[in-house]
Amino acid sequence: MGAPDRRQALTEALLDTLEMPTSGCTEVARQAALARVRAMGLAQRRDEYWKYTRPDTFLSADVPPAALFDNEEGLLFDAFDRLKIVFVDGVFDADASDDLALEGVRIDRLEDICCTDIHWANEIYGVLETRGQTPVARPFAALNTAYARDGVAIHVTGRPSKPISLIYIHKSEASDVILHNVVRVEPGAEVTLLENGPAGARLNKCAEIDIADGGTLHHVRAQGRDPERRAITSMFVRLGEKSTFKSFTMTVNGVLTRNECVIELTGDNAVAHVAGACVGDGAGDRDFHHDDTVFITHDALNCESRQVFKKVLRNGATGVFQGKILVKDGAQKTDGYQLSQALMLDDDSQFLAKPELEIYADDVICSHGSTTGAIDEDALFYLRSRGVPEGPATDLLTLAFLAEAVDEIEDKALAGDIVSRLENWLTRRN
Amino acid sequence: MLNIKDLQVKLQEEDKQILKGLTLDVEAGSVHAIMGPNGSGKSTLSYVLSGKDGYEVTGGSATMDGTDLLGLEPEERAAAGLFLAFQYPVEIPGVGNMTFLRTAVNAQRKARGEDELSAADFLKEVRREAKELKIDADMLKRPVNVGFSGGEKKRNEILQMAMLKPKMCILDETDSGLDVDAMKLVAEGVNALRDGKRSFLVITHYQRLLDHIKPDVVHIMAAGRIIKTGGPDLALEVEKNGYGDILAEVV
Repeated sequence: MGAPDRRQALTEALLDTLEMPTSGCTEVARQAALARVRAMGLAQRRDEYWKYTRPDTFLSADVPPAALFDNEEGLLFDAFDRLKIVFVDGVFDADASDDLALEGVRIDRLEDICCTDIHWANEIYGVLETRGQTPVARPFAALNTAYARDGVAIHVTGRPSKPISLIYIHKSEASDVILHNVVRVEPGAEVTLLENGPAGARLNKCAEIDIADGGTLHHVRAQGRDPERRAITSMFVRLGEKSTFKSFTMTVNGVLTRNECVIELTGDNAVAHVAGACVGDGAGDRDFHHDDTVFITHDALNCESRQVFKKVLRNGATGVFQGKILVKDGAQKTDGYQLSQALMLDDDSQFLAKPELEIYADDVICSHGSTTGAIDEDALFYLRSRGVPEGPATDLLTLAFLAEAVDEIEDKALAGDIVSRLENWLTRRN
Repeated sequence: MLNIKDLQVKLQEEDKQILKGLTLDVEAGSVHAIMGPNGSGKSTLSYVLSGKDGYEVTGGSATMDGTDLLGLEPEERAAAGLFLAFQYPVEIPGVGNMTFLRTAVNAQRKARGEDELSAADFLKEVRREAKELKIDADMLKRPVNVGFSGGEKKRNEILQMAMLKPKMCILDETDSGLDVDAMKLVAEGVNALRDGKRSFLVITHYQRLLDHIKPDVVHIMAAGRIIKTGGPDLALEVEKNGYGDILAEVV
C-alpha cells in the first residue's frame, strides 16, 4: 500500500466509527468539513507539522482510557463570580450550568444554532477553520467541525459584568469528546472567557473566534491535570481593526497535549497575544508530551503580535514548540515577537523548537528567541546563601521562569489563581 | 566566632590549588579586613566559607562558634548566622526583591525553629531598613538586582544583611564599582550593624573602604595564605607603598 493509500485507509477507518450529529443548518458546514478531511487525510508522523508529536492515539477508534484525577485542590476559578457553562464528558449539563442569560452576551448551544438558518454563527462555524487550513493542513480541526457533538455559540454584543466560564468535567474513564465553540465579539464589545478542566479521556476541541473592529477578548485557559488525558485543541482567531485578543493557557500534566493556535490579523492596529505556561513530569510509566503549534498571519498595517511560551520539564517530559509569524506583503509596521523557552529540571527531558518567520513586507520589526536551559546555578546559590533551601529556591526560580508567560494575563486575581496551581504542582512534585 | 585553620582548597575542575594553608581567627564583635593583590584567593575564601560548588577542600577546617561550616549546606550556614555580601550580586529576573527578602528571612527563622514574621511586621522592618540605605519603594518591588546600578546592588546586599541579622558577615569587595558617595552609604549601613557582638570580615583591594569601616585587625593575603597581620596602620602602609614591600619581606 502506498503512502497516500495508507493515509486514506486510516482516515476512512476512523470516519467509519464516527457518527455525524443530525443537524439543521450546520449540516452544510459539516458535510463540507468532511470533504476537507477526506481530501487532506488525517495527520501522519511524516507530515512536517507532526514530526515531533505522534497523532496515532487520535486516529484509533479505541480511546486510551484516562484515570480520573483525585482533585483535592478544588476547581480553578472557584473564587470568581462568573457565568458557568458546564460540560460533562463533552455534553452540556444544564443543571450544573448557570442561567445562560446575561446582559451584553447571548449564549446558545450548538444544537440550537443548527435550527436557525439566519444564526450569526453560521458565518463563522467551519469558516475560520477553513481559512486556517492553508498553508498548513489541520485535519483534526476539520474532523471536529464535521463531527462536533456539543459546544456553545457566544455572541458578545456589550460588556458582560462577569467572565463566561466554560468548565469541562471528566467523569468517564474512556470518554471521547469532540467540542466546538464559536465566539463573535461585536465592535467595541469586550469579554473575558475562561476555560478549565480535562473534558475527557480524549479531547478534540475547536474554537472559532471572530473579533470585530474595536472588540476585545481576554482568554484564560487551564487544561486539566489528569495525568493520562489526551487533547488536541485548535483555536482559529480573526481580528478586525483595533481589536485585541489576549490568550493564556496553563497546562499541568497530561500524556499528550497539542494546542494549535491560528491567528489572522486582518484589520489595522490589531493586537494579538498568545501565551502558555506548561509544567510536565514524565516520571514512571507516565508520559508527558506538550506541543504548542502557533501560526500568526499579519495581513494589515501596524499590528502587534506576541507569543510567549514557557515550559518546565522533568523526568523525561517532552516539550514541542512550532511557532510561525507570516507577514504578508503590505503588512507594514508589523511588530511581531516570539519567545519559546524550556526549563529542564533534569537531563532526561527534551524540548523541540521550530521557530519560523516568513516576511514579505520591508518595514517591520520581528524577533524570536528560543532557549533551553537548566536552573541558573548562580541564582540558586545566591538564594541558598540567603538561607532558602535548595527545593524552595528551585521552586522560586521555576515560578520566576514562568512569570513572563503568566504576566500576559491582565487580570491579576486570575493570574494569582493560576500561580497558586503552578506552586501546588511544584510542591506536590507530580 | 570564625576560626579557620590551615585551610587548603583547590578548584574542582582545574586541579588548581587556590588556598594553601590559610589560618585566621575573627573574634566576636570585631572587624577584620583582608587585603591582597589580584589572584591571592580572597574571593575563593568567601565562596568556600559560604558553600559554593566547584571548590574542593583538601585540608584544614573552618568553624563558626564551634560548628563545622564546611559540612553544612549553604542554607544551613546562612541559618547558622553566616552572610556573604557578594562582589557581584546575582540578578534574578521574575523574583521580586520583596518576595526574595521575605522568603529568605522566613526560611532562616524556620530553620532556627522560630515563627515566621507576619507580613505587616516584615513590611514595617523592611521599610525602615530600606529608608536608612536610601532604597526606594520601586527598588523593593523590582526583580532582584535586575537593572540595578552597581551602587544599588551593593546597597541591596546591605539591606539583606540588615534584614537577616547574621552574626558573621563577609563582605567581598563590597567597594568595587562604587563611587565615593555610594561607598559612604554602604559603609554607614555596615557600621549601623556593628553592635559589639556581630563580626565582620571585610575583603578589599583598597584602603579607602577601611576609612569608613574601621577594622580592628588587617590581614594581608597572597598566594592563598595570610602573610602578614597587623593593626589599621597596615592598610595605610599598603596604600602608600603597594604590596611589593610586604611580599618581598615575607619571601
